[in-house]
Amino acid sequence: MGGSFFNYENHKKGEIIMEKQDLSPLHGLWALTNRELKKWYKAPFILLLSLVQPVLWLGLFGKAMNIGNMFTSGLNIPGLNIPKQVIDQIGTELIKNTFGTSDYFSFLAAGMLSFIVLFTSMNSGMMIVWDRRLGFLNKLLTTPVSRGSIIMGKVLSAVIRSLVQATIVLVIAVLLGMQFKPGLSALDIAGTYAALFLMSLGLSSLFIMLALRSTSWESQMAIMNLLNLPLLFASNSFYPVKLMPSWLKPIVEINPISYANDISRQLLLGATGMTSIWFDFAFLIAFAAIFSALGIVLSWRFLNS
Amino acid sequence: MSAIKAINLTKRYGTLVAVDHINFEVSIGEIFGLLGPNGAGKSTTIGMLTTLVKPTEGTALVNGYDIVKQASKVRQSIGVVLQEYTADEDLTGWENLMLAASLYGIPKNVAKERAKELLDMVELTSAANKKVENYSGGMRRRLEIAMGLINRPRILFLDEPTLGLDVQTRAAIWSYITKLKTEYNMTILVTTHYLEEADAYCDRIAIIDRGKIARIGTPKELKESLGGDIVTLQIVGDIDLAKEIIASMDGAGEMRVAGDTIWMSVKDGGYMAPKILESLNKNGIKVLKISITQPTMDEVYMKYTGKSLREEQSNWEEAFSTMRTIRKARS
Repeated sequence: MGGSFFNYENHKKGEIIMEKQDLSPLHGLWALTNRELKKWYKAPFILLLSLVQPVLWLGLFGKAMNIGNMFTSGLNIPGLNIPKQVIDQIGTELIKNTFGTSDYFSFLAAGMLSFIVLFTSMNSGMMIVWDRRLGFLNKLLTTPVSRGSIIMGKVLSAVIRSLVQATIVLVIAVLLGMQFKPGLSALDIAGTYAALFLMSLGLSSLFIMLALRSTSWESQMAIMNLLNLPLLFASNSFYPVKLMPSWLKPIVEINPISYANDISRQLLLGATGMTSIWFDFAFLIAFAAIFSALGIVLSWRFLNS
Repeated sequence: MSAIKAINLTKRYGTLVAVDHINFEVSIGEIFGLLGPNGAGKSTTIGMLTTLVKPTEGTALVNGYDIVKQASKVRQSIGVVLQEYTADEDLTGWENLMLAASLYGIPKNVAKERAKELLDMVELTSAANKKVENYSGGMRRRLEIAMGLINRPRILFLDEPTLGLDVQTRAAIWSYITKLKTEYNMTILVTTHYLEEADAYCDRIAIIDRGKIARIGTPKELKESLGGDIVTLQIVGDIDLAKEIIASMDGAGEMRVAGDTIWMSVKDGGYMAPKILESLNKNGIKVLKISITQPTMDEVYMKYTGKSLREEQSNWEEAFSTMRTIRKARS
């Protein structure tokens, strides 16, 4: 043993000594975020696995539901002799009018960005359940690290993971034939990432809140499975708001996923939006701010038993 | 000043009183053992002292800081080693120590120095850069202890530090613990299910049952509270006379007779046995055989909790957590 570790005078006398430093309220935040990220990039298999779903959607659904082909595959109405260009023109305008862009594959690809962000953000709740189950959370709670940092470490790591995975999905989508609007600028891409960032921030805070007191990963899984597809289908990820029945529209219009999609489609594809891009951003900023603040407040109250 | 002082410390969960107005003090530099069945309030007590659980009533001073009003100060001044293995398996021992350091806001250069010394102290230097999932149970426990010491705590809380480990490793862990006490005057609060360990290494022990402290004292006092030693005599001669002679002596306790054998509890067997022999010999009673035995902590535990350790029940979550700890300990 020996060494100089505890060897100073007052220690031997049994006096209380304290570290003199003032702890910043954010200390430990990056260390906790980094812990999650290390666990993630050290297991590339799981990372690949989480990419399978959106890529399959893109490759199968996106390619097969090629609505543009409806018109180009030869429409022949008996008795009418409509020139092919006219049909093509009508088809393109029809699709553009409904989807905001004439290319369904690109429309869906933008939707898949929020798909992967949603799924990754949801996992943040799982991480806290595991930490509680394995005793790591209790250990954390005995250290002077702030409760807010514990929560925000999870949120931040989920956000970073979401954005990295969204990038991979975006690259794959481009390889499969996604087409950007002409004259795409760096600002457009930055705007898209900002939207995904805000959405991920709010969603991971939300799912962590649901998991604050939970010790059962089974129930957490059940919540995730219950919410993931309805959240996607009650958004404009797969189809535009225009086609929806009137009862669904109000739900879609409070779903943050819709706004993230709306931003990425306007910026990346030059599509006609559901609403103005400023309203989209205002909504997402409010969503992210409210839920992350709520997460921090609730963590002070409910993380301890 | 004492290291820990619990004042009417109470925790209620709904109508269940998990910890019921307990009061005790732990002196600086003491190894203090908490024993008790699962669900007796042991974990809740440790939880409150380490600021994991908020007391419903009462409070405690830990290192002089109030656990309710100065929780953050308490956290900075204590080290906690939980029963579960909390080191991250995907990270190396070194990375885990650095993570622990950053949770205490220790600057990187200081942390590196301390981590080196601590790894040296628990003899893990050569395994520092291996992933924790490759550690044996004993190595994991030593790493946990090192992590608990990274902030130079004055008090170390150890919850079941030897659970599931083999005998040699258990002895090694205890040698670290006693060194922390003797060399650095550290206060250690420990729980264990191995009663013989509590007996051998704790300065004082509190037995908790149904949320209250059933008995508190040194291991010797606790065993003596059962009536001291047990002296067994096998004699030739008048057994009733022998009984009378012994009963008239100072310091004789309860007595039982069966055939030619007498059992009695006495305060100090080593002191009493020669006197008994002498008196009996004087009266012409021959002693064939004499033995002195001491009550063990098992008997003490039985007496104050009304159950032996094996009869315990616990909820499934605790059972799983214990199983997981034991499985890792044996890996």
